[in-house]
Amino acid sequence: MTEASGISRRTLLQGAAIGTAALAVGAPRPAQAADTVVGFIYVGPKDDYGYNQAHAEAAAMVKKMPGIKVVEEEKVPETDDVSKTMQSMIELDGASLLFPTSYGYFDPYMLRMAAKYPKVQFRHCGGLWQKDKHPMNTGSYFGYIGMAQYLSGIVAGHTSKTKKIGFVAAKPIPQVLVNINSFILGARSVDPSITCQVIFTGDWSMPVKEAEATNSLADQGVDVVTCHVDGPKVLVETAEHRGIYVCGYHADQSKLAPKGYLTGAEWNWITVYKKFIDEAKAGKPLDNFVRGGLSEGFVKTSAYGPAVSAEARKHTDAVKAEIMKGGYAVFKGPLKDNKGNVVIPAGKAFVETAIELESMNYLVEGVVGSLS
Amino acid sequence: MSGAAGIKQQAAQSASPALADRFYPIRRALETVAGPIVALLLASAAFSLFLLALGKSPADFFSLMWLGAFASSFSLTNTLQRAAPLLLTALCVAVPAQLGLVIIGGEAAVALGGLASTVVTLPLQGAWPPLVQILMALAGIAAGGGWIAITGLLRAKRGINETVASLVLSYIGIAIFNHLVEGLLRDPASLNKPSTYDIGAANMLGPIPGTDLHPGLLVGIVVCILCWVLISRTSLGFSMRVTGGNLRAAQLQGLPVNRLIILACVIGGGCAGLAGMIEVAAIQGRANSSLIAGYGYAGILIAFLSRQNPLAIIPMSVVLGGIGAAGGLLQRRMDLPDATVAVLEGFIFVAILASETMQGRIAWFQPRSKS
Repeated sequence: MTEASGISRRTLLQGAAIGTAALAVGAPRPAQAADTVVGFIYVGPKDDYGYNQAHAEAAAMVKKMPGIKVVEEEKVPETDDVSKTMQSMIELDGASLLFPTSYGYFDPYMLRMAAKYPKVQFRHCGGLWQKDKHPMNTGSYFGYIGMAQYLSGIVAGHTSKTKKIGFVAAKPIPQVLVNINSFILGARSVDPSITCQVIFTGDWSMPVKEAEATNSLADQGVDVVTCHVDGPKVLVETAEHRGIYVCGYHADQSKLAPKGYLTGAEWNWITVYKKFIDEAKAGKPLDNFVRGGLSEGFVKTSAYGPAVSAEARKHTDAVKAEIMKGGYAVFKGPLKDNKGNVVIPAGKAFVETAIELESMNYLVEGVVGSLS
Repeated sequence: MSGAAGIKQQAAQSASPALADRFYPIRRALETVAGPIVALLLASAAFSLFLLALGKSPADFFSLMWLGAFASSFSLTNTLQRAAPLLLTALCVAVPAQLGLVIIGGEAAVALGGLASTVVTLPLQGAWPPLVQILMALAGIAAGGGWIAITGLLRAKRGINETVASLVLSYIGIAIFNHLVEGLLRDPASLNKPSTYDIGAANMLGPIPGTDLHPGLLVGIVVCILCWVLISRTSLGFSMRVTGGNLRAAQLQGLPVNRLIILACVIGGGCAGLAGMIEVAAIQGRANSSLIAGYGYAGILIAFLSRQNPLAIIPMSVVLGGIGAAGGLLQRRMDLPDATVAVLEGFIFVAILASETMQGRIAWFQPRSKS
């Protein structure tokens, strides 16, 4: 009978095998239908010892969760390229939850894609999602890392002998200014005579300028530096090479400066990603606006380096314990900017969640440098 | 045979090789096309070895390239969209190259063109959108053209090397751009990404009907064709090519060499400025650091790959756009780092430049005489 149909069982099986093989070549690693596909998009390299690595490390943990498939793309510029990357993840990989992690991805690119694909969930790092302006399948998350910078400042204040500390920053925007001001306020809570020289490099990833800035700070007698740039690797290595101390940022850089690394302000994004993915798996609607600080586990501090004194550890741990209780305000009046104007009057205090801090446009007293 | 008759016969042969060899123009065109294609194949072969050394399958790689760049309408749109700005920035290199100038400062012309096009919308909110768009385009062209013209002036009037001048001016242009975007022209509401004011939704260029593509692609193709006509079919273009071929000879012929240099720079810069305007009007809606995305530098690569021929810029931009479009898929499916794509582009660039040295060396492509 099999002969009568014209196709033998063997030929059919062979054909099926070849067909399957051809499919496998055409689409290597096809997504399992049951898996939830989660896409991560980074603006820089995944191993930058900084902003992108902090996200990629959390993505690597997400990969190990059952029923989750992770797709990642690095070095995606904040142009239409990111729209195409999101679209490609949705169309070709079947992603249903996307985390575009760079600030400039939000408007207009992510909002456009969210309108085009209403069934896909988009959660963006750093933006300010607003219920009346933005679609419900979008949202934003961020961490109050200024508190961790404040703790770095306290360690720096205890460690500095020259009473001059330094900060290498990308751009004078609110998120950066909060960090600079928190760092110096931490240091000055130890010794009010400390000053902080700030240098703006002008962009997020300028390795040559970052190295020059670090060297110039060291030449001026600065003995503790930290930064807010995308990849602190160059700054940390240069500081170690110059024999000065350094506080890390974004991720743990202690390996790059075994002698001079004091502590650092790090992101702990897995808290956020786990929350969103658990919500998605449980079939619940995802939160649209998620923020948290040290006590929520959104940010953390690096382990103390060998150069941190017992006194500094004790003081910093005590303040950290206070912060963990909640309601701790770093920015409280009376507070003057570095031109002598009162920016927060006496009796007023802003906790980390205060909306006023999101539009900060000053450098506090003790910072040497200007915004323009 | 008398001596005079012999000379006559020789003259007839050398004066009209085209008559004697009717197929030479076809073979010449074939030679132009065959060079880059063979180079692409060689580059792919070399890159396959590189992949094998990494323990990855070249077959997977090329099938993913196809899937990500051309296989579906989404992939094709992705490729063409990426090619659109490159068409115009490549002209910023290719047009001055007709005069032998190597201009590599297109990046600043894109940024300043985009910025100028947003500035003109500020007093025109609520005006008739097509008018605003035309003014935006003119402002973009003027800013880009004016910026590269500085390089042309320095070259023509002071003999300063245009390559160095354009590169250094590009850094200055970008610094001016950042200064204005982060200061005078900043929209105070753009907190963490300093930007200018929005040009207004009404003034945005919509997609080409029936597609997801923005009109920049069509504009780019049309401008490439116009530049080709200008260079190869007009007396102005002929003067430019003569100047590029031999500057002294052009001067002896009485050609206005200095004016031609400046004009070519204005045209090239205008193209890059227009790319900036389209980027703002079709995609970004405002000017900010996203305009400095490397389009100007990618244009240099494409212009050289196209051997400075405006028509060849069109397929080359599509090839580079396709590599960019597939790049993400390669990262996601094969766990290759982003730099892999840069390695492939490097292989292609070297292979195509090397293939240029073979032009005119293979006898089969050369004119033949009937004997």
